[in-house]
Parts: sequence; structure tokens; C-alpha cells
Amino acid sequence: MQQTAEKASEREDRQVVLSVRDVTVGFGSNIVLDHLNLDIYRGEILGFVGASGTGKSVLMRTVLRLLPRRSGRIEILGTDYDEADEMQRMELDTRLGVLFQHGALFSSLTVKENIQLPMREYLDLPQSLMDELAFLKIEMVGLAPDAADKYPSELSGGMIKRAALARALALDPDLVFLDEPTSGLDPIGAAEFDMLIARLRDTLGLTVYMVTHDLDSLFSVCDRIAVLGQKRVLVEGTLNDMLSFDDPWVQAYFRGKRARSVVTTDEDAAQPAEK
Amino acid sequence: MASEQLPGGDGERLVAHGDWRNHSIAKVLPTLEELKKRSGQGRVEIDVSGVHAIDTAGAWLIRRVITAKQSQGREVALVGATANVDELISVLPEKAPAPTAPSGSRASFFERAFAPPGRIVTELAGDMVAAMHILGSAVRGAQMKFGRGGGVSPASVVNQIDHMGVRAVPIIALMSFLIGAIIAQQGAFQLRYFGAEIFVVDLVGILQLREVGVLLTAIMIAGRSGSAITAEIGSMKMREEIDALTVIGLNPVGVLIFPRLVALTIVLPLLTIIANFAALYGAAVVTYTYSGITFDTFLSRLHEAIDHTSIASGMIKAPFMALAIGIVAAVEGMKVGGSAESLGKHVTASVVKSIFAVIVMDSFFAIFYSAIDF
Repeated sequence: MQQTAEKASEREDRQVVLSVRDVTVGFGSNIVLDHLNLDIYRGEILGFVGASGTGKSVLMRTVLRLLPRRSGRIEILGTDYDEADEMQRMELDTRLGVLFQHGALFSSLTVKENIQLPMREYLDLPQSLMDELAFLKIEMVGLAPDAADKYPSELSGGMIKRAALARALALDPDLVFLDEPTSGLDPIGAAEFDMLIARLRDTLGLTVYMVTHDLDSLFSVCDRIAVLGQKRVLVEGTLNDMLSFDDPWVQAYFRGKRARSVVTTDEDAAQPAEK
Repeated sequence: MASEQLPGGDGERLVAHGDWRNHSIAKVLPTLEELKKRSGQGRVEIDVSGVHAIDTAGAWLIRRVITAKQSQGREVALVGATANVDELISVLPEKAPAPTAPSGSRASFFERAFAPPGRIVTELAGDMVAAMHILGSAVRGAQMKFGRGGGVSPASVVNQIDHMGVRAVPIIALMSFLIGAIIAQQGAFQLRYFGAEIFVVDLVGILQLREVGVLLTAIMIAGRSGSAITAEIGSMKMREEIDALTVIGLNPVGVLIFPRLVALTIVLPLLTIIANFAALYGAAVVTYTYSGITFDTFLSRLHEAIDHTSIASGMIKAPFMALAIGIVAAVEGMKVGGSAESLGKHVTASVVKSIFAVIVMDSFFAIFYSAIDF
């Protein structure tokens, strides 16, 4: 009990990067999210899970203002977009990065041009420096330099994910949204991608909002996990909180056959790392 | 933001302070260029303790200074860096990979002058083969397995007839009405000088039924349905739906293109008939208003001026033009590659080529008809 109180006070000190309050989203008579609350703190990687069709993507798209909401308040980096003026909105846009599920690279631009597009729009830098920065990002996400001049249709699935991450990081955002970043990658590639995200978090101080179904990434890189169900956040916390939470779906998810091998080995390893 | 001080001993000390993030670094670029070029002796200290915010772009600029100074053979030390800044700078590579040189030397004048026409000719040959392939596959039908439904799926054809034909009726009728009215009006004014105003009926009747009716309808359909076919097939190609059909064991040409070709060949003659009626009606209205030719007179004159051959010579062209439009659209759709740009390019090419094909075809029919005295 005391431990949880300590944890709570520790959290108070940390800066809330994204705060979602009482958000309701629906289409027609179908309510998808009902008075949902969620907080993300600076420098953490939040893994977001939920059964298919529970509205994980809807929540992400609502936060990114791609979908309208019926009620509620969303503050990103301390700014409420609805109340912000033009300049604040523009600044906010430069501080968010999004990796869409299928990459969403612009098919008529090369990888380099894709990465430079946000730079061109928002920054006033000479072309040579933008080229260097684009190459830096490409190297950072683990792509070969010769991928820079390729078009998205010439890339493999994993390369598209990496290139899309490079574009999401083009402006060095504070908050990055990743929609199923490791889906469709082989386990080794997925593990590398997880490590990449953890490393970028450590060096760049990113905050990561990750929608994922990959149990390995949930266990290896996520600091906190939130479960979406019954139109709201069912439970949020560390892996241990998940394991002790009494809900059939959560139990099946984290204690199922697929999870067992990862959890049991990981629990022992994760124990000493816990502060 | 980057100032420079020389301490007492040997070497120099560069002090960076303030905000080193991508939206503010543009201001220090000239200073940094100058600093990098300046040569000197002894060790270099870069003091970043005053930097309160930094990102990869800022770190990269500092990294560049370090690399430049090191290449002058001087010892460089980073002082005052927090663990974060230190780590950020150290993970950056020393150099950006050299930008890939534009491949190859410039081609010779001869090559540059003759390569494009050559490419066009080979592409044309490829297009012809592709068109024959589509025509041939279409004739064989959907090729369902187990010999089931070897022909066309009627539902699909009816659906296409609805899209390409029924919904095109209003625009085709309106356009033809106006064209008929314009031809009649211009003809009436010119023929009035000769006192031969009544012959405007001959003019409109023959021109519309033999040439203009089918030609304009075909052009309209090429723009309306040809582009739609290319866009549909092209986007299916982009999303690997065509490949999925092949793997399931269906012939994409038979499943997708054949119903559209059948629908087009049914629809274009029917639309031509509607267009002809609308144009003649427009002409009758105009001749009545401008020249006082009554509908009765119009009809009896029309009856004398045209015969079956006038109607048939126009109508025969319609199915051929429909086939040309459908095949060009399908060939272009199949050529769509992976990008949205290529989709746009091929839809444009589809419309331009099918209109061109329709007009060329019409001129060949004109030569043919006059040769056989039809």
C-alpha cells in the first residue's frame, strides 16, 4: 500500500505529456469510447493493447485530431489544441511524430524526400544540411544509406516501417505515436525495432505511445501498459499490475499460452530492474 | 549562439549556449562554418554547459565542428555536457555518408536525341501486344475453374451497364441536344445566303448520324468510363488485388476487364442512339425558332435526306470504338506501378490515348466508307 502511494507521488513529479480526459467518441449510435481517461508521462514508453475493434486506433486518431470527439478534453504537451492559437498549433504539430500502421510514406517521393518534407515545411535550413540530417535519420533507424534514393514501392515491409519512423522523427518530436510498429516484421527485426525505440527514447528523450499486439515488445521495452476495454482504459500500470488484474480478457492476454513463455522468463529478469 | 574565447594557455575554447534545436539552429550556421574553417594550434574545448535544449540537428552541428577540428590534427574535448547530450553526440556518426553521385556520365547527343522516340516505339509495340493479350483473354471469358461459368457473370455486366450507360444518359443527352442545336443554328445562318435554309435538315441529319453523334459520344465515354476503368484496375493493381485473383486461380482479365468490355460494347451504341435523337430534337427546336421550319416539314425533309445507310454507317462504328476505349483503358490500368503518381499518369494516358484512338478509327472508317461507296 505504501509502495503504491510512493509510486503515485513519484508520478506527480513527472511531467504529463499527453492527458486525455473524459473523451467520448462515437459513430452514429455506436459509442466507441466512453468518458475515457489516460495520462502519458515524459520519457516513458506506453504500450497500448486491447482486443481488435475496441477502439485503439480510434483513440489514437482522436488524439491526433483525425477524428472528431463528442466530449472531453485532450492536452498534448500542456496545450489544448482547441484553445490554442495558430502559432501554438503549428508548434504543436512539429512536436508530434506519427508512424502509421502501413507506413503512409508518400509514394511519389523518395525516402529522403519523405524525411525532408516536414523539415522543408517547418525549418529554414540549407539543402546540404537537410541532406545530412536525412542521412542521419536514415542511419539512426538502421536503414542502409542507399535506401535514401529509393521509392516506397521499392522497399520491403520492414524497410517501410523504418523509413516511416525516420520521417516521424524528422523534426525530433517530443511525443511519438506508433501504430503497431512491429506487426509484419520477423521476430529478429521486431526485436531490433524495439531496441531502436528504446535507444531513441534514451538518447532523444522521446515519449512513446505505442499501439501493439506484440507481447515481446510489451514485455521488453514498455514501461507501462494500458488495456483498452469496455469503452475505456480498463487498467494501466506495469506488467505485474496486469498479471494481478482480475479481468478475463486481461488474464487471457497476459497469461495465455503465447504469453506464458515470455512472461515467466521475463518476470524473473525484470524483477531486479524494478526500482 | 556560439561564441569563442581564448584561454590563457594553448588552444581555444568554443562556448555554445542557448537553444540548439532544429528550429533555431539556422542562426548559428554561418558562425559555425567560419569556426570550422579557422585553423589554429593546440587543443579545442567545446563547452556545452550553457545548452539547455538540444536535438539531433543541434548535436549534429557540434559533431561536425568536432570532426573538422580533429581533421586539423587537434585534440578536441567536450566539456560541460550532461549525460544525455554526451550520449546524443557520441551516437552520431563522424560523417554523413557521401551523397550518392548522380549515376553515370551524361549520355551523348545522339543517344539523348534518339532514345525517347525509340522508347516510344518499343512501348507502342508492348502496348499492342498487351492489347492483343487482353482482347484474346477477354474472348475466352472468366475461365472459372471446373468449367463453371465459363462466360461472363451477368450481374457484373449489368452493374457495369448501369455505371457506364444508364448514369451517362443525362449528360450525353444534354451534350448532344446542344451540339445538334449549334450545328443547326450555324448551318441555317450560312445557308440563308443561298436561300437554301431547308437544307439545314440534310446537313444536321447526315452529319449527326454518320459522324458527330458516335464520335462525340465515344469521346465522352472515353473521358467518363475509360478513366474510371483505368483508375479501378490501376488501384487494384497497386494493392495486389490483381495478384490475389491470379493466385486464387481466376484470370484477372476475364474477371475484371471482360465484363467492362462487354458492357461498353453494349452501352456505346445505345448511347449513340440517344445522342442522335437528342441532337435531332435540338436541331428541330432551333430551326423552328430561327428559320420557322415546322416540325412536320423538318421530319418530312429528314425522311428524304437520310436513309438506312446513314444510320447504319454511324452505328457500325460504335462497338469498335467501345472496344478500343475499353482495351486502351485496361492496358493502361495494368501498367500502373506502386505509386499514386503513376496512377495519375496512366489515367491521363488512358483518356488521351483512347480519344486519339477513337478519332483515328473514325477517319479510317470515313476512308473505308468512301472506298466502298457506302
